Parts: sequence; C-alpha cells; structure tokens
Amino acid sequence: MKKLINHPENVVRDMIDGMVLAHPQKLKNLPDTTVLVRADAPVHGKVALVSGGGSGHEPSHAGFVGLGMLHAAVAGEVFTSPAPDQVLAAIKAVDSGAGVLLIIKNYAGDVMNFEIAAELAAAEGISVAQVIVNDDVAVENSTYTTGRRGIAGTVFVHKIAGALAEQGAPLEEVQQVAQKVIANVRSMGMALSPCTVPAAGKPGFTLGEDEMEIGMGIHGEPGTHRASIASADTIAETLTGKVLDDLQLQTGDRVAVMINGLGATPVMELYIVYNKVARMLQEREIVIHDTFVGEYMTSLEMAGCSVTLLKLDDQLAALLDAPADTIAWKKR
Amino acid sequence: MRFTTEQAVAWIKRANERIQENREYLTELDQAIGDGDHGINLARGFREAVTALDRGGLDDIGAVFNQTGMTLLSKVGGASGPLYGTAFIKMGGALKGRREIAFSDLAQAIDAAVEGIGMRGKAQPGDKTMLDLWEPFAGFIRGCEHGVDLKAFRDMCENELERIKQLQARRGRASFLGNRSIGHHDPGAVSSWYLFDTLCAILSESGGHDGDDH
Repeated sequence: MKKLINHPENVVRDMIDGMVLAHPQKLKNLPDTTVLVRADAPVHGKVALVSGGGSGHEPSHAGFVGLGMLHAAVAGEVFTSPAPDQVLAAIKAVDSGAGVLLIIKNYAGDVMNFEIAAELAAAEGISVAQVIVNDDVAVENSTYTTGRRGIAGTVFVHKIAGALAEQGAPLEEVQQVAQKVIANVRSMGMALSPCTVPAAGKPGFTLGEDEMEIGMGIHGEPGTHRASIASADTIAETLTGKVLDDLQLQTGDRVAVMINGLGATPVMELYIVYNKVARMLQEREIVIHDTFVGEYMTSLEMAGCSVTLLKLDDQLAALLDAPADTIAWKKR
Repeated sequence: MRFTTEQAVAWIKRANERIQENREYLTELDQAIGDGDHGINLARGFREAVTALDRGGLDDIGAVFNQTGMTLLSKVGGASGPLYGTAFIKMGGALKGRREIAFSDLAQAIDAAVEGIGMRGKAQPGDKTMLDLWEPFAGFIRGCEHGVDLKAFRDMCENELERIKQLQARRGRASFLGNRSIGHHDPGAVSSWYLFDTLCAILSESGGHDGDDH
C-alpha cells in the first residue's frame, strides 16, 4: 500500500482537521466527533440537512456543507457508516427548531445507524425526517434485497433539498422535494482499477490489466459483470443506456448530467466520456439543462466513473440553479 | 448450570481475543462479498468494549452487556455496529440487575437479542445474515439446561455455517451480488460464531459435558 497518510487509523481524523484548517470560514468540527457543520450553524428558522456515511468518498459529504446545501456531514471510518452517537451530535448541532432532514445512502449500515440516531433525536423532541437515496441502476431492485445502492446522485439531493431549505420551506416540503429528486435520478458506474482501504492495506478486489467492472459500487462492491476494457464511447454507451432505460426519458425532457470521477480518473477522460453522453442525449432530443464533470462521490483511488442523469421539472431546475457556497459546489 | 457476572466479563474479553486474532480473516471474507471492513470494525469495537470493562464498576450481567452493547454501537459503525450493539443491549435489558442467572435466563436473553437483530436489520431467517446463526444458537442454548456439550455445539455451528454459505444474500451489501453471494461465508455469521464459541467454552468450563478447553 502506497498512500499519502500518517497512520491508517488516523486518516479520518487527519482529514477532518485539515479540512477545518483549510476552510475555517465554512466549516467547524464538533468537539470529540467526526462531524463537520456549517460555521454558522444552527441557521435560524431553517430546516437543516444532515448527510454522511463512510469516509473515502470525498468531497462527499463534507465538501457539500455550506450555504444552500448541507448543514452537517458525519464522517465514518473509511467505507464504514458512522455510529448513531455521531449522527445524533450532528442533528443536535444543526437543529434550529425547524427540524432536520437526514439524507441517507441506501446501505444497511447507514440506514440502521441514521435511523437509531433519528429515534434518539425524536426522543429529545427534535423533528427529524429522512430520505434514502438509491440511484444506482446497476443493482437490481427487489423487495427481497436491500435494494439499489446510493451513489453520486445523492449530491443532487443535497443540492436541491438544500436550496429549498435555504428558502425557508418547512421540513415536510424539503423532504418531499428530496423524494422527488430520488424518484428522478439514476446513476451507473464502472471501474478500471481497485482501491485500498487504508486499514485493510490491500486492494478490496483485483482487476486484470485488460479488465473492467461494469456496475461497480463506490466501495469496490462488485458490479453487474466483468468485461474486457473497451473504448470510452462504448463504456459511456453502456452506462448511459442503462440509465436512460431506467429513467424512461422522452423527447423534450430536461436533464442535469453528472460525470463523476471515482478518484483516480483524469479529468480529460471524464470529458471524453461526457462527449459521448452528450451526443447520445442530443440524438434523443433530450435537453441538457446543466452538466457537472468532476469528482463528487469518489471511491478512494479507484479509477473509473459514474454517469448520473437527473430528470428536471421547473421546480427542480430552479432549485438546481439556486445559489450554493460550499467547498465542492459553488453557484452564484 | 449458572452464569455469573465474572463469566460475562470473561466472555467479552475472550471474544475480543478471538476477533483480534481473526481480524484479517473476517476482513477477507467481507472483501469477497461486502465492503471489506468487518474485521477492522469489530476489532476496533471489541477492543473498546474491553477497555470499558477494564474500568470496572459493573457488578451485574445486565450492566456488562448493556455497556458492551453501547460501546459496540458507538465504536464499530457500519452494519455490524447497530446489529451487535442491539444484540448486547437487548441481552443487557433482559438481565438487568442480575448477578448470577440460570441457563433458562441466558436462553431468554439470547432470544431477546435474536428478536432485536431481526428488527434492527429488517432481516428474515434465510437472508444469509448473522441472524441465520443466532437463531439456531438460541435454540441450542435453550436445550442446555444440564450443561453445554462443546462437541455438539461445534458440530451444530459447522453445519449451520456451511448451510449459510450456500444461501443467496438478501440483506446487506452482499445482496447486491445476487447469486454471486452463494458459496461465500457471511462475515457476520462467522464473527457471531466466534462469540458463541467463546461463550460455550466458558460455559463448559463451569461444568458442561465436555471439559476439554480449546
């Protein structure tokens, strides 16, 4: 394992301290926790958004803490959901009395830990609502499984629900708009190379020099299948095709597009992928409202990408365009 | 047969040793069908649970289990934190204030843990989760009023682990694999086996049928 770290056990602590030192005007760290909250939290009279999960997905989620997006991000160990006491600390720190929305990615651990925290917060008299993001079309949805995973589409939930909360909407409406995003966002990823959890010391899986994994999750969970490496256009077609099928987009529909790098993918390659995705959408006469190319939901040093499409209506488009000021998402 | 506060503490400590010894193995199992953090997380949580017990001040079984559960809940994270945390908190609740218990009480506490795990994880038997070993273990303990037969226990676990290995996962991250999860051990069932094995060893030392100490 070759990493820019001091000690595998300290990576989350050292990262959090570094983030606060780099962005003291935006973030503060709640003492004795791995929670990062807006520097001006709690924001009076506004619903607060809390998200989080295992670390290793940076800039998710702390990179999206700030005006117009999240109020707190709870960082677990690498790829490990944070514990309920941490989530509870975040809820209590950001609640201004208007209530708190938890944005949870659909993994058994995240759901359980956030739900325990929500129960504890409710017992203390705090209004808490939650949404569970499950945008990954690679995984078959079934009532007999945990369901689809939450991946890069989660960031659109942060953006849009955060914008509505910033406008002063009540908790119920903020939760509803978050649900609407979840109902209209789909993603699919692929990996070219694995990643290594620092505490594990070796890669979670291996891929041959000429192999790729289609449908790869953001923790190195296997995807739908392994295949021989193909051109960026072919890969973009596979990912986008599956997303388009699932969203059932019609001619004239409006979308936001996110091409997300998984941690070790050159920006050049992400734009090469987007070049094909954009053409596919144009061919189908789908209107591209806005495009986001870069790292939003990474998987340590994994090489690969995910493609996310969010179908927009007027409300979602307006909220997507609303101002935000966070480390990783700025909009004037 | 009786079960004491001292044995409860000894159990957690011995379970911790087993988990530390098998940290890499559990992580490898999890890398195959999960996200590769099971051994790392459990090792961290149980180490903290033992540190908390070493501070002393607990004089009943309920308090030992409750504190262990709370520590696991806050230190393990992931899916195993809430599940193991809930299991011990439920056992602690069932044995609140009790310093020495009969086997039937222990069996009831384990039943409460099984119920808690199922509720928290929304899992059913056959989903290929730790619940698939906890349920038969609860049944085994219910039949142990005259002592623990270590060989019978180990045969039962071996059979059950093999059965669970052949199931297709329907909960947790392994469920995303569909039928590719078949043929792999469930890491949570294996770590549960370490817990049960250390408990049964302690129980057999205090007068079970099988006195050999592994």
